[in-house]
Amino acid sequence: MSRVFIFFVRKEFLHIFRDVRTMVILLGIPVVQLILFGFAISTEVKNARIAVLDLSRDAASRAVTERLDASAYFDVGWHLEHPGDVEKVFREGKAPLVVVFSERFQQQMLHSGSAGIQLIADASDPNYATTLTRYAEAIIADFERELQASDGVAADGLSADGQPGSTQAAAPQGIVPQLTILYNPRLQSAYQFVPGVLGMILMLICAMMTAISIVREKETGTMEVLLVSPVRPILIILAKAVPYFVLSCVNLATVLLLSVFVLGVPVAGSLVWLVLVSFLFVFVSLSLGLLVSTLTRSQVVAMLISGMSFMLPVVLLSGMMFPVEHMPRVLQMLSHMIPAKWFIIVVKDLMIKGAGISAALPEVLVLCGMAVVFVTLSLLNFKHRLE
Amino acid sequence: MKQPAETVTVRHLRKSHGNTLALRDVSFQARAGEICGLIGPDGAGKTTLLRILATLLVPDSGQASIEGLDVVKDYRAIRSRVGYMPGRFSLYQDLTVEENLHFFATLFGTSVQENYELIKDIYSQIEPFRKRRAGALSGGMKQKLALSCALIHQPSVLLLDEPTTGVDAVSRKEFWGMLGRLKLQGLTILVSTPYMDEAGQCDQISLISEGEILRIGTPVEIVRSFRKPLWNARGDDMHRLLLNLREHPAVEACYAFGGNHHLTLRDDSLTPAELSAYLSDRGHAGIRIAEAVPGVEDCYMELLRTPQQTLL
Repeated sequence: MSRVFIFFVRKEFLHIFRDVRTMVILLGIPVVQLILFGFAISTEVKNARIAVLDLSRDAASRAVTERLDASAYFDVGWHLEHPGDVEKVFREGKAPLVVVFSERFQQQMLHSGSAGIQLIADASDPNYATTLTRYAEAIIADFERELQASDGVAADGLSADGQPGSTQAAAPQGIVPQLTILYNPRLQSAYQFVPGVLGMILMLICAMMTAISIVREKETGTMEVLLVSPVRPILIILAKAVPYFVLSCVNLATVLLLSVFVLGVPVAGSLVWLVLVSFLFVFVSLSLGLLVSTLTRSQVVAMLISGMSFMLPVVLLSGMMFPVEHMPRVLQMLSHMIPAKWFIIVVKDLMIKGAGISAALPEVLVLCGMAVVFVTLSLLNFKHRLE
Repeated sequence: MKQPAETVTVRHLRKSHGNTLALRDVSFQARAGEICGLIGPDGAGKTTLLRILATLLVPDSGQASIEGLDVVKDYRAIRSRVGYMPGRFSLYQDLTVEENLHFFATLFGTSVQENYELIKDIYSQIEPFRKRRAGALSGGMKQKLALSCALIHQPSVLLLDEPTTGVDAVSRKEFWGMLGRLKLQGLTILVSTPYMDEAGQCDQISLISEGEILRIGTPVEIVRSFRKPLWNARGDDMHRLLLNLREHPAVEACYAFGGNHHLTLRDDSLTPAELSAYLSDRGHAGIRIAEAVPGVEDCYMELLRTPQQTLL
């Protein structure tokens, strides 16, 4: 029987190698995705062209404007004259953010300590708007703090009228929190998406490709001949899984190498455990693909089911893009059913946090449980006949 | 040597797919060294019947056995004795001729070298193309490869589902020639086909329509059962000719048959000359009417048209 198995595996490899296009896509996906996420799709703001409406036109407002302009985040692209222009700027979609200085900005700042700056953001892209305002706020706060730190001196220099009364004592010191960011000190998004991409790719290759390759045999009618042969179905399935397992290993290596050497995300924990857990996840995905193949008859349906029920949830519900903790209860419950979610948690623990396997034990156990369920279901569902 | 007993026995087989009844009470037998043809149009139930025999489907009721083995209970034992060729081309298109053959040989626990003699006659014709991918073969060559793959494990029963559909006329003829030689080796061959003209190649034919066997017998027996005079009609405007012939009260049935129309009459009172005159009155030209020798297709048409007992 082992000779049959080897022949079978060889045949599956031939299918993959002969379909060069698919093979290139499968091997290229991790590279393209990592590079896209790493370099092209960046949520960080750089040189956003903003507009300024300065009703005060004094030294302080100019200083703030210069600071905004000088920062890496903003370019002041337009200086508006009238409050009415603000609406126009947004309507024309020129600037995503308008900074408005109230009249007598400097005086207000020096006397009452509460000067008026208005940030008006175009929130048609809410994430972008939030990020922009946050950066602008930080720059303004910075400016204010420095002003206070330099005591009255800077304020003196700024006060154009040179009124002695304006050199009052520094404003009461606010609470300045000391931030310590663990595991990802530079807050790079790569730390977030490397585990996500890994989960997505392994799921794609194992589940989707296994399902498609089994269903293809059904569709072309070769499954009829395979079933009529004395070979046990379990052998057919195992032979189908082997090449995709190998392919997943190649992809695992690609993703890890790229993330360590190109994106600079280190493997903080044990590489051995990381690989072993990845194998477990590959196994879960393979069994899921097998389950899909027992439920569908055509490649298109298999692809749609894998795409809709694996890929989308992996992207949306696994915590790869959006934090699961902030989702409605129903979606949180749903996310528990997604293998990739658990895998991504483990990878974060092992790879980013450098935690030991004991920290990830609950998630690993969940994955083991899923594997058992999927394999059992698909074996129960596998048909030794055509219906 | 195999005894010339029934190797395939089918009794009162019924099978439905959802709401459609694919087989209703089908019974027949096939003997070793016989080519048994299942003849009927698409949707007659031929594929379902062959799939039940290949242990791919379980019948709703009735029994079927191959060499004494039940197709439901002993399906594992049957699977190594049967060579099955599904209707669609079921080889791996992206593998070469040679790879396909080696794969199927291994699948059945044998090797090409071991059983080369069995397939030599057929395989030698496509051997020059053994490095070519199966998807790039012509229809006739694909059939030869599929047959080689179905034969490689030395089955005693061959189940062929429409092997000649989509194959050119020359290859079809060749294919039947190969089946004839396999029959001499003692194989039981069940072959389905929608082509009535292939019926003559079979030792026994079952005419199937809508899940029922209309008639079983040797081709000669079947043709002999057609007792009415059969006429062959031609004219310049064949379509209108068909309509006009059907309008005539003495014409019992008329149908297109190749480039001609075949028609049967209700009684012998009408002569060809009278019919010609009738057609000339309706503006037909180039009319030729002659007596025709009935074939299997004429019997099939007659069986479809009339309740079975009228012919018996």
